[in-house]
Amino acid sequence: MKQLSSVNDFVIKFANVNGTGSASANNLFAKALFRMGLAVSPKNIFPSNIQGLPTWYEVRVSEKGYLGRRGGVDIALSVNPQSMAQDIQDVEPGGYFIYDNTKPLDLRLLRDDVTIIGIPLTQICNEQYQDPRQRQLFKNVIYVGALAALLDMDFKVLTGLVEDQFKGKEKLVLPNIHALELGHHWVRTNLECPIGIRVETRERTEDRILLDGNTALGLGALYGGATVAAWYPITPSTSVVDAFEKYAKRVRIDPGTGRRNYAIIQAEDELAAIGMVIGASWNGARAFTATSGPGVSLMAEFLGLAYFAEIPTVLFNVQRAGPSTGMPTRTQQSDVLSCAYASHGDTKQVLLFPSTPKECFDFGALSFDLAERLQTPIILMTDLDLGMNDNMSEPLSWDDERRYDRGKVMTEEELEAGTEFGRYLDVDGDGICYRTYPGTHPTRGSFFTRGTSRDEYAVYTEKGEEYEKNMLRLMRKWETIPEHVPAPEVVESAHNTDSAVLYFGTSEASSREALDYLAEDGIHMNAMRIRAFPFNNDVKKFIERHKRVFVIEQNRDAQLRTLLMAEFEFGPDRLKSVLCFDGTPISARNIRKQIKGHLQGGNVTPLHRHTAARGRGEAS
Amino acid sequence: MSYQIPRFRHPELPVNDLGYTKADYEGSISTLCAGCGHDSISGAIVNACHEMSIEPHKIAKLSGIGCSSKSPTYFLGNSHGFNSVHGRMPSVVTGAAMANRELLYLGVSGDGDTASIGMGQFAHVARRNLNMVYIVMNNGCYGLTKGQDSATADEGSASKKGDPNPFSSIDLCGTALQMGATFVARSFSGDKRQLVPLIKAAISHRGFALIDIISPCVTFNNNAGSTKSYEFVREHAEATGTIDFVPLSKEITTDYEAGTVHEVTMHNGSTIHLYKVDENHDPFDRRSALNTMEEYRANDTILTGLIYIDEDSRDLHDVLQTSQRPLNQLDETDLCPGNKMLENINASLR
Repeated sequence: MKQLSSVNDFVIKFANVNGTGSASANNLFAKALFRMGLAVSPKNIFPSNIQGLPTWYEVRVSEKGYLGRRGGVDIALSVNPQSMAQDIQDVEPGGYFIYDNTKPLDLRLLRDDVTIIGIPLTQICNEQYQDPRQRQLFKNVIYVGALAALLDMDFKVLTGLVEDQFKGKEKLVLPNIHALELGHHWVRTNLECPIGIRVETRERTEDRILLDGNTALGLGALYGGATVAAWYPITPSTSVVDAFEKYAKRVRIDPGTGRRNYAIIQAEDELAAIGMVIGASWNGARAFTATSGPGVSLMAEFLGLAYFAEIPTVLFNVQRAGPSTGMPTRTQQSDVLSCAYASHGDTKQVLLFPSTPKECFDFGALSFDLAERLQTPIILMTDLDLGMNDNMSEPLSWDDERRYDRGKVMTEEELEAGTEFGRYLDVDGDGICYRTYPGTHPTRGSFFTRGTSRDEYAVYTEKGEEYEKNMLRLMRKWETIPEHVPAPEVVESAHNTDSAVLYFGTSEASSREALDYLAEDGIHMNAMRIRAFPFNNDVKKFIERHKRVFVIEQNRDAQLRTLLMAEFEFGPDRLKSVLCFDGTPISARNIRKQIKGHLQGGNVTPLHRHTAARGRGEAS
Repeated sequence: MSYQIPRFRHPELPVNDLGYTKADYEGSISTLCAGCGHDSISGAIVNACHEMSIEPHKIAKLSGIGCSSKSPTYFLGNSHGFNSVHGRMPSVVTGAAMANRELLYLGVSGDGDTASIGMGQFAHVARRNLNMVYIVMNNGCYGLTKGQDSATADEGSASKKGDPNPFSSIDLCGTALQMGATFVARSFSGDKRQLVPLIKAAISHRGFALIDIISPCVTFNNNAGSTKSYEFVREHAEATGTIDFVPLSKEITTDYEAGTVHEVTMHNGSTIHLYKVDENHDPFDRRSALNTMEEYRANDTILTGLIYIDEDSRDLHDVLQTSQRPLNQLDETDLCPGNKMLENINASLR
């Protein structure tokens, strides 16, 4: 058997039972690799459940610095008999299957093209610990120690990390280091180390950080000046407000009085959450909510009000697999259409698509400037993969000279001086009108905000021509928006080519990697990453200058492609789809396979077969 | 269509302490049906705000959808208004109140807007004890869609076209009490003597103040057989007592017999005097208030007046400990921790 062999290049998948503390141990493993200077991308694949169901944790290490999901599993570490049969099947030929051999392996599961490594984890635990919870928790730490030996990791990095993680809880440091040593020692004594796959210290991480997108978003809201957060708990968005609160408690509480420069309200539902955001924003505070697909559906009516009455509104949508409850702990980019046209009547909403934690922070803070400048909802579209997984990212930074852009707000002085005020009067020609905060002036500048039609002075009217005029002004405003939102990013191939790919958000890393694979095969493609909707005109030009354009996205219905077709009036032949919607992040190998499939003909595959085939993909 | 009331007034209209006449508190002319109870309530709001010398622009009036929710256009024309989404006024007020604690928040809703589509938000805004006045213009029917029964229509009550309502009614005062409201009152649009001081007391209360005001719909629900008609309410209403509102700066001039009067000092320093009728009713005790309401209901009598007040109410700002300076007045220097802290955070993530 030819064993897989590599340095700093592999995918390991941990198979655990959820609720056993495995995620923190697996995270310890990933972070140790990161501290060894390696490009690492951990992905937690967990069930919608608190305790007892199978859960997986995938860690990819890449010598070339790829951060997306590669596809395939080189090493499986199995401590969950429930999923063992499948876990061993998932290993690439030549790969490694590590398991707890306290109980012998079912012989029917054996594969002769995989190296099977048994470590008596339960036995070691039972000999060392009496308390059942300790046995459960330390078993995870023991296998991390074992892996350190098998992969030739720098053990000092692991112990240093444990010391850092339990700063302030020193009592926990030694027991954890002891557990690491137990695993490490057992492997060193009983097995040949390292295996064919091993790691070496590098300097690949530079100044980068390992951070989840939701924490970055919470920090973005804090730096962006949000003072009111209203939300309803929903996976995978909950940790956005948790992070906002954590840091607000550090820096927004007056040490003298204990008074807080923020208000967080856990609402009774998502309708109330967005209502509170709209009320606070109407009254001149910066406010936001965080939710996921089902929450956006509930917020749809209010989003129409905010669009029509032109109230700044910031909504962070951490997408998950729908429709309905779908797979609530799995990732997708499947709310593109429901958010772009959220609400009834003619509505269009501004979308931002970050693809890294750094962009979550930057776009998160920017959302508040945009919402107030454009006086409309800003929906930031992230997803579970980016939001809840630790992603390697550029460090966060803030320009201390930066001032918030509060948009067009008429002041008491201007009103006093007799400046004409009409809430929906377009004085600058950009479709954006001046607003006043309630309580500004005793006799001037008050107006009635409403979801019903009104004239330029906010007086109710059902005159068709007034209504039309207003709707056209909203369209004029819409047309200025591409100037304000993040522009698309283009990556030109070194070779002349008439083929290109378009992607957004978390499809970026895997797409870039897939393009490298394709280039190795002689297929060269230009690439564009879309970062916002409405689309910049450069997107149109980019599509037009290529013969073949693939749109890569993580949903079934090719929603971004539909949006591009609708907004630019492209015919269906213009854009081909590369899709993944099984709830796991799209992988580079999957993208390569789909693009090659398209290029090798089969363009006339009937739609239903075409769609069905995509769902299976490869062992993505 | 909406109209402006002509700004043509008697030259010597009385002015309040701020120098404003009552006209400064009025709004556009009403487009509701002639005789609609809601217009009397609008008038009572104008009187209360004028007499209390509240700066009109320091009030924010918010509503949902329905006839009642249209009415904020018809009073306080110098105040910002917000006609929001059906049943969702409470959440909009909650956000607004968090943004600026210095304004007075006047929520106006109807029985459909509150007891049906908005029941959830109504319950939760009461529970959070948001500092606001919540006025329900309660006519037991959906006026704008031509008279369907609402959830506050009494069982057996019949509207103009309808059969007797087969469902039990929702008592908003009872609901508010159970949800933790700290000021609960009921009144009748036809009784301005009671309504104006109640509104003043509600404004002075720090916390959630509900006034459920029966306000007959002259077009669809003012017929014989309806328990929300002018005639029925006049015959069946009984007040908890009378109420006087004494602003902070005024001396108490009325003299009632000692022993029957409860003096309550409100949060803003003003006082209300309660003259009780029913010895068994203790308006400072939630359980007594609930019991009294149930008893009157059992006797087919509508209990009006101040039903419950919690003098030690802690509002949502107290609970959340928000800064005394309104959140909407804070800027970068107050809110943004700067790059230095980010560098520390970055370091902790390596």
